[in-house]
Amino acid sequence: MERQKISARFSELRERKEGALICYVMAGDPSAEKTGEIVKALVNGGADIIELGFPFSDPVADGPTIQVAGQRALSAGMDTQRYFELIKTLDVGIPLVCMTYYNPVFRYGVEKFVEKAADAGISGLIVPDIPVEEAADLKSSCEKHGLDLIFLIAPTTTEGRVRKILERGSGFLYLVSRLGVTGAREDVSSSTRELLSRVETGLPKAVGFGISTGKQAAEVRDAGADAVIVGSAFVKIIEEGKDVNERLEALASELKSGIRRAS
Amino acid sequence: MRYQNHVTGLHQKDKGVIELTETEVSEFPAKNSYLNELTGSKKNLKNEQMGQIKGKYGKYGGQYVPEVLMPALEELEEGYERYKNDPEFLAELDHYLRDFAGRKTPLYFARNLSKKYGSKIYLKREDLVHGGAHKLNNAIGQALLAKYMGKTRLIAETGAGQHGTATAMAGANLGLETIVYMGAKDVKRQQMNAYRMELMGTKVVPVETGSRTLKDAINEAFRDWVTNVGNTHYLMGSVVGPHPYPIIVRDFQSVIGHEVKEQILQKEGRMPDSIIACAGGGSNAMGIFYPFIEDKEIKLIAVEAGGKSLKCTEKAALHSASLCAGEEGILHGARTKVLQDKNGQILESESVSAGLDYSGVGPELAYLSESGRVTARYATDDEAVEAFHELSRLEGIIPALESSHALAYLKKSSEAGELGEVVVVNLSGRGDKDLETVLSLRGGI
Repeated sequence: MERQKISARFSELRERKEGALICYVMAGDPSAEKTGEIVKALVNGGADIIELGFPFSDPVADGPTIQVAGQRALSAGMDTQRYFELIKTLDVGIPLVCMTYYNPVFRYGVEKFVEKAADAGISGLIVPDIPVEEAADLKSSCEKHGLDLIFLIAPTTTEGRVRKILERGSGFLYLVSRLGVTGAREDVSSSTRELLSRVETGLPKAVGFGISTGKQAAEVRDAGADAVIVGSAFVKIIEEGKDVNERLEALASELKSGIRRAS
Repeated sequence: MRYQNHVTGLHQKDKGVIELTETEVSEFPAKNSYLNELTGSKKNLKNEQMGQIKGKYGKYGGQYVPEVLMPALEELEEGYERYKNDPEFLAELDHYLRDFAGRKTPLYFARNLSKKYGSKIYLKREDLVHGGAHKLNNAIGQALLAKYMGKTRLIAETGAGQHGTATAMAGANLGLETIVYMGAKDVKRQQMNAYRMELMGTKVVPVETGSRTLKDAINEAFRDWVTNVGNTHYLMGSVVGPHPYPIIVRDFQSVIGHEVKEQILQKEGRMPDSIIACAGGGSNAMGIFYPFIEDKEIKLIAVEAGGKSLKCTEKAALHSASLCAGEEGILHGARTKVLQDKNGQILESESVSAGLDYSGVGPELAYLSESGRVTARYATDDEAVEAFHELSRLEGIIPALESSHALAYLKKSSEAGELGEVVVVNLSGRGDKDLETVLSLRGGI
């Protein structure tokens, strides 16, 4: 199935004055077959973009929820080849983004990984342990194969670094709402507001880390975000394993109604 | 005499020039002081920075960390550049190294061992450093640096517990809150070390994720650091991790090699033919090798943990020999040699010695080994345990199982006729902590 590019999705949403819901799940958790159903439920609930994690044994930027999801996916046999096969077969028209760490990409071969990803119908790549300074190879491969390379900006990122990141990033900007690792939390921090206001860019601004409810999504939208990224809250539902598809769809729908409204 | 000239402080232009009288200077004579040990490496650091990309050793090294940490690494680099030539900092470090750590450590002529292998064998007695291993050289240096940089909280990872213990000592002494992450499996096999840390007021956090060993403890320390980066210094225990850690740890550990250089000249009137050190992450190896890197005629040998054998199963390596059997990859912030599968998943490592049980190795050591300056070898668990017993009996010194790998190489290389006339082995730690392990190997516990 032909999939939309990230930029096309955002311009469509902009016309409708809607914010985007970006959902993260770990590919192959609990199994490759289940990932197909999970993705469908998220689409039904209103996901605009789906990030599919490729598991890594040592995920330093992730909290316990996603760490354990990665271990489950690895135990279930997820590997590079199966990942690309899975992505290819997913029956979705919205943009798909691959999120992983640099070593699996590097080991597979940067150019080859990006080429296979593009071939499988992935529109963008997020690699949280590669700062702009080390990303030259990855960036040129992504440009060659038409993939967006999405960078993160943290509350600690200095103005100088923000400029460097804006020069190289594409697709959208991933703003880390607070210090720490991924994982659901109670409130939306003031550092999110501060970060949204100080980063000036034409790229869509997506806020992630710690968002799990429609109310939080609405707050982030009101603070000026173009999108919210939600991961651990979905992964937790998958971990619990009860009425998974129904609950994923319901949560996606709640989050989407939070982010939908005009900012 | 201006102290500034003495240490050629390039980074002090913005600070007032500190003047010391001749008498004061003579209290810190260059020859016997640790003050210039750090500046001794400055020339090389500068070359690295001018000739290559920051923090790279050939293709190895670099900074592969989440964005949230990049400013912290920049701050650390600035802090280190600022204080490594600061007379006040260096004088305080000198004080701690002498009176707290117990430096300088002896270079001991091992008469019986020498007789057995037909070479003059010297042991650099890092086992006599406070805490029982070379780890305090780095821990006290970094803890002091953290304090100068205004940090109030130290975090560290530990495998065997030696680095955790050294960090606990430094933290207690300097009044810094200290948290040590330790794989739950390691907490179990090194209970006494965990208790030692707690005695000194350190909070030991067992890490239950992944393989529950050193690499997972490092992951967890990184996670703490991304959360508490403002007030916290991550006190990395080896020459691994993102730039500038490999440089900082190497520089603080270089005191070992600087002393050896001076001591061997006094005792032998010449340089050694070879220097042998064990290597897990590689801090004791880089510490003793670094001052000799330019002396190309001296053979530098890093002995890795060969575990049961150099083979791998699907999920785990049966060894910890990243230089001998690893492949290029990215682990814990640096590009280096890594034990991994074909999908880039990190393999668990194995060794009888917890301090060498690590899936990666310092990037500079990977570079030096690939360029041929350092020779990478390995010793198996059995060979190391044999050397552990041998030194205990022959010299009355019980070596750490880590250091026993370096000692095991003596036998191998003397059999191969490769052992030079004068050999220095870095005895990086003492073996009291390993008695239980060795006893259980013999089925005695």
